[in-house]
Amino acid sequence: MESLKDKACIVGVGESAFTRGSGKTELQLMLEASAMALNDAGLKPHDIDGIVGPPLGASAEHFAANLGIEDLRYSAYVQMGGASPVVALQSAAMAVAFGVANCVLVPCGWNGYSVMRVSAGGQGGSGSAPPGPLAATIGAYYLPYGAVAPVQWYAWLATRHMKLYGTPFETMGTIAVTSRKNAQLNPWAYMRGRPLTMDDYLKSRWVSYPFRLYDCCLETDAAGAVIVTSPERARDLRRPPVYISGVAEGHPYPADDIPARPDPFVIGLTFAAPKAFRMAEVTPQDLDFAEIYDCFTYVVMLQIEALGLCKRGEVKDFVTPERIGLDGELPVNTHGGLHSEAHVWGINHIVEATRQLRHECGERQVKGAEVGLVTGWGDFGDGGLAILRR
Amino acid sequence: MAAGTQGEYKLPLPRMRGPAAEFYKFCKAHELRFQRCTDCGTWRHIPRDMCAKCGSFNFEWARSSGKGAVFSWTVVSQPMLPQFAPLVPYAPAVVELEEGVRMVSWVTDVKPDDLALGMPVEVVFDDVTPEATLPKFRRRR
Repeated sequence: MESLKDKACIVGVGESAFTRGSGKTELQLMLEASAMALNDAGLKPHDIDGIVGPPLGASAEHFAANLGIEDLRYSAYVQMGGASPVVALQSAAMAVAFGVANCVLVPCGWNGYSVMRVSAGGQGGSGSAPPGPLAATIGAYYLPYGAVAPVQWYAWLATRHMKLYGTPFETMGTIAVTSRKNAQLNPWAYMRGRPLTMDDYLKSRWVSYPFRLYDCCLETDAAGAVIVTSPERARDLRRPPVYISGVAEGHPYPADDIPARPDPFVIGLTFAAPKAFRMAEVTPQDLDFAEIYDCFTYVVMLQIEALGLCKRGEVKDFVTPERIGLDGELPVNTHGGLHSEAHVWGINHIVEATRQLRHECGERQVKGAEVGLVTGWGDFGDGGLAILRR
Repeated sequence: MAAGTQGEYKLPLPRMRGPAAEFYKFCKAHELRFQRCTDCGTWRHIPRDMCAKCGSFNFEWARSSGKGAVFSWTVVSQPMLPQFAPLVPYAPAVVELEEGVRMVSWVTDVKPDDLALGMPVEVVFDDVTPEATLPKFRRRR
């Protein structure tokens, strides 16, 4: 086998309601999304024989026990924060391509508002230290100086970019305003009915300079699920398959400390993007839309440069309302993203890309969409991407 | 001394386990030291078991000049931990030392709005508790 290109496809997607107060466990939310994905595909729970489990909230075995999967042939986890769901597609595609499993479920979700927030008594999601290798770095070297949250760490990158390249706040604002505009056309979006202007953006309060309130994504209770199988198995299923044409992961170096990086703008996606584009045999110019992980506005801009959509320092010229809007050359975050749809660790970006490529998106449909990009970003800049096609 | 550090020290202390305990032991002696490979001479921070350049397990804790420059910063207006609330706005900064390593710290005598890329700084030591000393920086003129 030369590559994973088109060796696996997404055949089912599902999402829980996006709320602030689900009243359910994370496992419940993810099981609901999984059941919707199964129904979407026309598969039965017992058809699932592989699970790439979520980075938190439940194990693959919890899913197997609930879904009645007696012979779970493949289970794995991806610990890359918000890059986990898109990188899970790589694991799922490998498992399917080599016949290790036939149908792989990728669930992800959390009570990001009602349980995880620091102010709700939680350990924090977007608000404090994640577990794993980062915890040691944070606890020993960042914590005493009050740098404990993603909004603070990623701000170091944004500040430097703004000062070196003259990147204006309005570029970040364009990301926020465009996401919110797209969300107005998305019945699932948490921020539907609440438009945002550039003036609103520029007047919003500081959280951690250079990030204002509207540079930050939502905190929501939400889950999503995706089902991956082979093109052969997809033939007699309910929906047209969406092919995983290119997929790759990447890690910044070193991954466990942001200040130590020789070039702070070299992120996981910098390594991953060329591999995925090569695998898919497409160029950035071939993309009909891009769902770019948007925990913070600048993180979208950082990824746009890392993807090679524009050169280093030129994102201020690339990101215009005309280009990234729904009718533009490269619509970005057509569902509203983490900013305006919901924070579902980016699995909602995969769900949206799938629906766009199935031409199911109604008012926000990108006309004639054939090829789309999904990225993930997590922890201190881990990254992944999938290039999907119908 | 930064606001909020007088009297009983209420901010979180560094978790001093493993090599972090070594790093802060030197800080307590008012010495800023980083690991340096004794085979190829490469400086590193955060501490590691191996030299990422040459693969050696051999290193020393070599003394830094303590001189560096501001590499980047953020200005926190909304503290994520309640202990930091009395300090806002405060500015966690990344400082690049002359030896090439970078670390997170504060520049104590510069207002957040006055920080700039490349601003020359030098280390100062803040004995925040009898057990813990934090390396901080001040403007170098």
